[in-house]
Amino acid sequence: MLELLKQPWHWSVAGVIIGLFVPILLISGNKAFGISSSMRHICAAVFPAKIRYFKYDWKKETWNLVFVAGVIIGGWIGAHLLSNLEPIKIADSTKTYLQSIGIQEFGALVPTDLFSWESLFTLRGFIFIVVGGFLVGFGTRYAGGCTSGHSIMGLSNLQLPSLIATICFMVGGFLVTWLVIPYL
Amino acid sequence: MKEIKDIDTLDFETQNLADSSTKKRTVGSLLKYLILGIGFGIVLVKAEVISWFRIQEMFRLESFHMYGVIGTAVVVGIISVQIIKRFKVKSISGEPINLDAKPFSKGQIFGGLLFGFGWALTGACPGPIYAQIGTGVSVFIVTLLSALAGTWFYGLIREKLPH
Repeated sequence: MLELLKQPWHWSVAGVIIGLFVPILLISGNKAFGISSSMRHICAAVFPAKIRYFKYDWKKETWNLVFVAGVIIGGWIGAHLLSNLEPIKIADSTKTYLQSIGIQEFGALVPTDLFSWESLFTLRGFIFIVVGGFLVGFGTRYAGGCTSGHSIMGLSNLQLPSLIATICFMVGGFLVTWLVIPYL
Repeated sequence: MKEIKDIDTLDFETQNLADSSTKKRTVGSLLKYLILGIGFGIVLVKAEVISWFRIQEMFRLESFHMYGVIGTAVVVGIISVQIIKRFKVKSISGEPINLDAKPFSKGQIFGGLLFGFGWALTGACPGPIYAQIGTGVSVFIVTLLSALAGTWFYGLIREKLPH
């Protein structure tokens, strides 16, 4: 069993489990699945600065903060206790392309050429790590949700705004992947 | 003031932040969410959803993997919500389940595009940013801090943005 869990999980298995988070959270606590709101709660808790958007009782959303703390722990378990220590098998065409733009490290979950403390202090690394992160935080709150809040929870509830948001997530991703990353 | 009040309803992930009723938060109920979060983190890692390479494959249309994960999750989610609505399933504490419709806003377009830019760069949506820190890519702490700064900056200039 443990050996089976250590293999990379098939997309259908992962999809079913992630999808089940919608009814599990609804039934177990009447909670809408969504991760990015945790960042709003952290801002409200740590540095509200009298900004209207952060003036609410964040303690009522503690469950969400506990959930993301769990995600960090789960990340550790997945990478350390349940790892088969093999590099991810990505499409050959993606690998060839990434090599052509200077990515050399394919052994980890992320290219360590881009995501490392050394890289952080280069312009390229700064764009991927810091500018990218800022856009994730700003964009998800402006859109009112992220991949979990809109693309999973919102689409599950057949919300048209969530479909619009999801299409825009994808369009934004395509634009940067095809028109920006090759030149970074 | 009316516009400002209206945009308070645009956060799809939080419900009734203005609701002043206080529900009891017990350690036991929070433990449940910790365990669920751990499970979610494990799936994100084991299905390689948090891999920057997988996100590049997805946006380059060179693999079905990520489309399979998200597509399957949405199908399971839709079926689950339909069952909950059809049979008026209640939460375990006996409340009717809150599945209110949410309004459209231009933020879903502008914010959605901006998040898409960040998703392609970091290879991570918010869940994977947390999971990535757990896997030991410590520089993702900087990505998280930057995402928090982005969230805070949105809060600061929100009233000036088109919604």
